[in-house]
Amino acid sequence: MNALYSLVFVLTLVLIPLVGVGAADLKTIFGVCIPSTAIIVFVAGFVYKIIKWSRSAVPFRIPTTGGQQRPYDPTMFKQNKWDNPSTGPQTVIRMLLEVLAFRSLFRNTKASLHEGPVVAYASAKWLWLFALLFHYSFFIIVARHLRLFMEPIPGFVNALDFVDGILQIGAPVVYQSDAIIILGLGYLLGRRLWDARIRYISLVNDYFPLFLIIGIVLSGVYMRYFAKVDVMAIKELTMGLVTFHPHVPANIDITFFIHLFLVSVLLLYFPFSKLMHLGGVFLSPTRNLPNDTRMNRHINPWNDPKVHARPYADYEDEFREKMVNVGIPVDKPLPSAPAGAEAPEKA
Amino acid sequence: MQYGGKIITGLIIFLGLLCVPLLFNTASTGNAAYKQPKLELPKDEKKCIESTEFMRREHMQLLNDWRDWALRDGQRTYVNAEGKPFSISLQNTCMKCHAKKAEFCDKCHNDAAVSPYCWDCHIQPEGLSNEKK
Repeated sequence: MNALYSLVFVLTLVLIPLVGVGAADLKTIFGVCIPSTAIIVFVAGFVYKIIKWSRSAVPFRIPTTGGQQRPYDPTMFKQNKWDNPSTGPQTVIRMLLEVLAFRSLFRNTKASLHEGPVVAYASAKWLWLFALLFHYSFFIIVARHLRLFMEPIPGFVNALDFVDGILQIGAPVVYQSDAIIILGLGYLLGRRLWDARIRYISLVNDYFPLFLIIGIVLSGVYMRYFAKVDVMAIKELTMGLVTFHPHVPANIDITFFIHLFLVSVLLLYFPFSKLMHLGGVFLSPTRNLPNDTRMNRHINPWNDPKVHARPYADYEDEFREKMVNVGIPVDKPLPSAPAGAEAPEKA
Repeated sequence: MQYGGKIITGLIIFLGLLCVPLLFNTASTGNAAYKQPKLELPKDEKKCIESTEFMRREHMQLLNDWRDWALRDGQRTYVNAEGKPFSISLQNTCMKCHAKKAEFCDKCHNDAAVSPYCWDCHIQPEGLSNEKK
């Protein structure tokens, strides 16, 4: 049902520009006002979220991460420096692996129960693979869209465009990123629908962004390969947005307004949703804190400065005599023994 | 704020990346309003082989079809919607009127980051009109 609600919601979102532009002809509202508002909300919301997160207390470093930690005896055990770093630079490598290669997903396992009963765990890499395909195609597609926001177009956008269409299939040439993102989205949605266990834990806020991004991709694909919209007119509109000369030229296909509206909804929704993992991944405590709890003392940030921790030395100072009397070993001997025999410096 | 320096630095880098188009356009054109390119249309011919709307939308597909018909099927004549025949040839039919690539094809293709591979096989006219036979 959650999936159905999300699908109906996205379809309703498609209807809004369809009616707003198609019937009511509100081109300036859908072409200029809504996208500008969306980008402002996106930036402000993003900054607000990050600042809010940065004000929360940093937990005690969690050393239970994959891999051998820095051992007491390095000759016996070798430290796994990228999975269990103990210094800053090693942690940077762990973060790079996480952000660029989705290392946590790579470690995903699948449990299965066999006769005996025996539980078996096997590596499960599909989610990692399709997540990687989806995110990188999305990134390439966003970067390719810079052609609509820059004049003259810088070389790297042209190069990206060329490489993405290097198979030269059809006209206009098929972008591989378009095919791959549909593949990736198909898997990410399919696993939520087919696997009963994942379906059970999937919420509207899991399905909604998926359907929304699928809607954006399909409207974009339709514009490029089927409707063959007037790109130059669209560039005049998008350039108007980034040069602050808002203007809606004639001859823009309605599909473009649908595409733009769905993107605006994505931007509006982004800072307040799970999609904030774009910024949040950099703030993951189990990834970005080196495992140096045995080297540095962690002081809780919320400690009351008026309350002083009592170190063991103070404790021993108070009870040393009693401890010696009952035979408990002490770090420092009694300052002056009554017999004088055990305090040679006093003798 | 915990680790404020690092987080603010990251945030500024992110916002900077978002502002790249704004800064780039200000630096390159002084933030001037963008206008669609004006194409140089032929002086002695008023009508293309098909309607303007059709050519705008489908010229790439038509060129692809022409290539396949001429080179793979050996069919050298194209009959348009009005029943008028044309010789299937990029150099002799298309470029007879649209002689200057730089003034016609490149105008939009450059602004849209499109790099058609026509000139992988054909001799690129480099915007000159001397490619007409």
